Amino acid sequence: MADYDIIIIGSGPGGYVAAIRAAQLGFRTAIVEREHLAGICSNWGCIPTKALLRSAEIMHYGQHAKDYGLVLEGSFKADLEAIVKRSRGIAARMNNGVQFLMKKNKVDVIWGEATITKPGAISVVPTRKPPVQPQVPPPKNVKGEGSYTADHIIVATGARPRALPGLEPDGKLIWTYFEAMVPKTMPKSLLVMGSGAIGIEFASFYRTMGVEVTVVEVMQQVVPIEDAEIGAFARKAFEKQGIRILTGSKVTKVEKSADAVTAHIEDDKGGKQTITAERMISAVGVVANIENIGLEAVGVKTDRGFIAIDGLCRTNVKGIYAIGDVAGPPLLAHKAEHEGVICVEAIKGLHPHPMDKLMIPGCTYCHPQIASVGLTEAKAKEAGYDLKVGRFPFVANGKAVALGEDSGMVKTIFDAKTGKLLGAHMVGAEVTELIQGFVVAMNLETTEEELMHTIFPHPTLSEMLKESVLDAYGKALNA
Amino acid sequence: MATNILMPALSPTMEKGNLAKWLKKEGDTIKSGDIIAEIETDKATMEVEAVDEGILAKIVVPEGTSDVAVNEIIGVIAAEGEDASAASAPAKPATAKTEAPKTEAPKAEAPKADAPKTEAPQAQPARAEAPKPAAAAASGERAFASPLARRLAKEAGLDLAAIKGSGPHGRIVEKDVEAAKAGGGAKAAPAASAQGAPAAAAAKPAAAAMPAGMPDDMVKKLFPAGSFEEIPHDGMRKTIARRLTESKQTIPHFYVTVDCELDALLKLRAELNAAAPEKDGKPAYKLSVNDMVIKALALALRAVPDANVSWTENTMLKHKHADVGVAVSIPGGLITPIIRDACHKTLSQISNEMKDLAARAKARKLKPEEYQGGTTAVSNLGMFGVKDFAAVVNPPHATILAVGAGEQRAVVKGGQLAVATVMSVTLSTDHRAVDGALGAELLAAFKGFIEKPMAMLV
Repeated sequence: MADYDIIIIGSGPGGYVAAIRAAQLGFRTAIVEREHLAGICSNWGCIPTKALLRSAEIMHYGQHAKDYGLVLEGSFKADLEAIVKRSRGIAARMNNGVQFLMKKNKVDVIWGEATITKPGAISVVPTRKPPVQPQVPPPKNVKGEGSYTADHIIVATGARPRALPGLEPDGKLIWTYFEAMVPKTMPKSLLVMGSGAIGIEFASFYRTMGVEVTVVEVMQQVVPIEDAEIGAFARKAFEKQGIRILTGSKVTKVEKSADAVTAHIEDDKGGKQTITAERMISAVGVVANIENIGLEAVGVKTDRGFIAIDGLCRTNVKGIYAIGDVAGPPLLAHKAEHEGVICVEAIKGLHPHPMDKLMIPGCTYCHPQIASVGLTEAKAKEAGYDLKVGRFPFVANGKAVALGEDSGMVKTIFDAKTGKLLGAHMVGAEVTELIQGFVVAMNLETTEEELMHTIFPHPTLSEMLKESVLDAYGKALNA
Repeated sequence: MATNILMPALSPTMEKGNLAKWLKKEGDTIKSGDIIAEIETDKATMEVEAVDEGILAKIVVPEGTSDVAVNEIIGVIAAEGEDASAASAPAKPATAKTEAPKTEAPKAEAPKADAPKTEAPQAQPARAEAPKPAAAAASGERAFASPLARRLAKEAGLDLAAIKGSGPHGRIVEKDVEAAKAGGGAKAAPAASAQGAPAAAAAKPAAAAMPAGMPDDMVKKLFPAGSFEEIPHDGMRKTIARRLTESKQTIPHFYVTVDCELDALLKLRAELNAAAPEKDGKPAYKLSVNDMVIKALALALRAVPDANVSWTENTMLKHKHADVGVAVSIPGGLITPIIRDACHKTLSQISNEMKDLAARAKARKLKPEEYQGGTTAVSNLGMFGVKDFAAVVNPPHATILAVGAGEQRAVVKGGQLAVATVMSVTLSTDHRAVDGALGAELLAAFKGFIEKPMAMLV
């Protein structure tokens, strides 16, 4: 008999959730981690950045206290060391939480770097990669170096920042998210390369902290995967905050001095300029961690740098599965978690429903926030749908005005023929918490009719969801 | 206390029926057990029995009304001396009892304001235009489907009941409707009768999705106005259309034909009939060739049990009894009453049972359990001089035997030309369940019983 029923390589949100589900289903389960239990999400991604952004948000309110009739006397300033410390503390709590969950579910933690030696077997060696600091120490009583066997092996090794040739991060002047999350001092100026979720969140954080920020984006709009209208709205808001945005532009080369980088930037019309900033963040996407885990040896197929899987997370090799970032886009923690559950339940023979990628919401925690699910208007048109599009502005919502957050919009896109909700797109305060209403609606296959019949509580921001639906059918009440 | 009389469900698959006739008038006194109305379903006319006493205070649905949804209020019974008008408000529901087996009848839920949205396209007027009485329209068996799936099915003219849901708990979702649209009945529930369709538990085991054929208007335009008379489809016509379309779309048919010599059987039949004892001045039985065909087919199925099966998506139902349906032509259509467990019945039992079923079929008085289910069927067109034909499998059956006329034909016996009475029969099989060789084996067994008919007597 194999040592385990299931071994999972990587303990990020995909891996550790898969481990818990496996344990719940009675599988003898082990999880291999080489660096940070709970993975990038908890340690160096989703969670610590939310902690930083929360500090920025409160800073923002402090700066605008008088808008709310409050007078701040004396000094009000950011304590960068304390902000970072808080963020690290929260990351550590998440890490410890997953330690606890593994113990509670009797999942063995194997510490080290795993390589699949053949289907059903891995070998683990002590971690060769120098850990990113600060590192939460590994849990006690972990297993270590050795060979382990399992009937099923789930690869959940995640992804890492992409490096562009000639613009490679050096950790000092050119940062990745790792360094950007733990600044020792606040730079005066910052160049952010890439305006996806990671780039724009850091741009937002640093701008609120008073840094002079320039964002360079190769595509024609910021947050390029979002609906064009939302992107345009967000761009205006960012620019109003003083973020300089260059779209259709790319950094062709950088020159480093002792404490600054000078970036040569070319736009798509041939225009050239240089921008000098104290630091630069490279946020041009991520690449999957498919190397040195034995994929080639056992013949696991990859596709454009990711492990190729089917709807139930199976690779082409029997007994080997992949979930999360390493298994392809969208590179989101909640997608990884869901795949972890699907994968394990399919192994158990429970017939889970395969992932429908059009139902995966996306959230960006810049200021203003952006959230979306489903097709953008352009994609929906491209797909040949006749559309009913509804929009509702924050300025017409009582709660938003009362909050002092009257800038934003909710946009909904329906198939005119069937009333199917094809997409929902939002920008503004707390939209990351609002989007789930539409995600549930889409999963239940509601049409505009059920959404119009649904009573939304007053006064809430959520009323804008309904108004946007009403607007798509020419029935908006408060617009 | 006024009581509503609701449209009863006469079978588990019934969604609506026609209110054929009221046997009581408004103001009539009603005793429990009185027959108060006749309901016409797809294949039968059934009587509605009162279970409460009182006065028939109000007839809500007049007789002759088609497509009355199950559980709709059709009338109101008021207590003696009670004001009839008091009964129009939401009152205690569900008091109509029928002959249908009670355990199988869908239970009426508490009345909901929401109208049932599960019917076939022709079923309901849109809710907005025609709100129903508040207490009415409690859907006994609401199809479990997403709102989007409902709308798509309605637009495509698909019956949700015929679509198998792939969502959580068998919920019908968008892609199921899309698949039904694209593949005709590909995803439709395969079986038709209640007992035949355990796999389709969530979806109501009814018909396949009807493809949207040429629109009515387009067909009518092909003929000069006034050159035809339009006869509305009755329940039976709709059922025949739906079920046979389903069959031909979902069942891969395979056909095998043999010739059976009948001389020995005809001789035995004559002897048996001549020997029939008198009962009330008449012979106790008069066997037909068809009665013997029924028995032979049942015995053949017992001899080749692998052919006595029903296909479901997930499993094969291997039947323990050979229940033989017999197609009976009746005015306006046909119906297939069933001789249950025919291999254990004597020829005289089969014969007498068949006469009774055929007579009641013609009067449309069969009960659903008398024509639903069955494991095979016989269709005999011999009396019309038809030599040979192929019948359409009637799910959940896996086979159907088409019987031609017995006629004198030249045959070769021992190298010599001779005359024999020969009957050609063609077995249609559902190839998913009964392969060609198995069908041939069944037919060989059948031929054996027909040509050596004494074997049917032991």
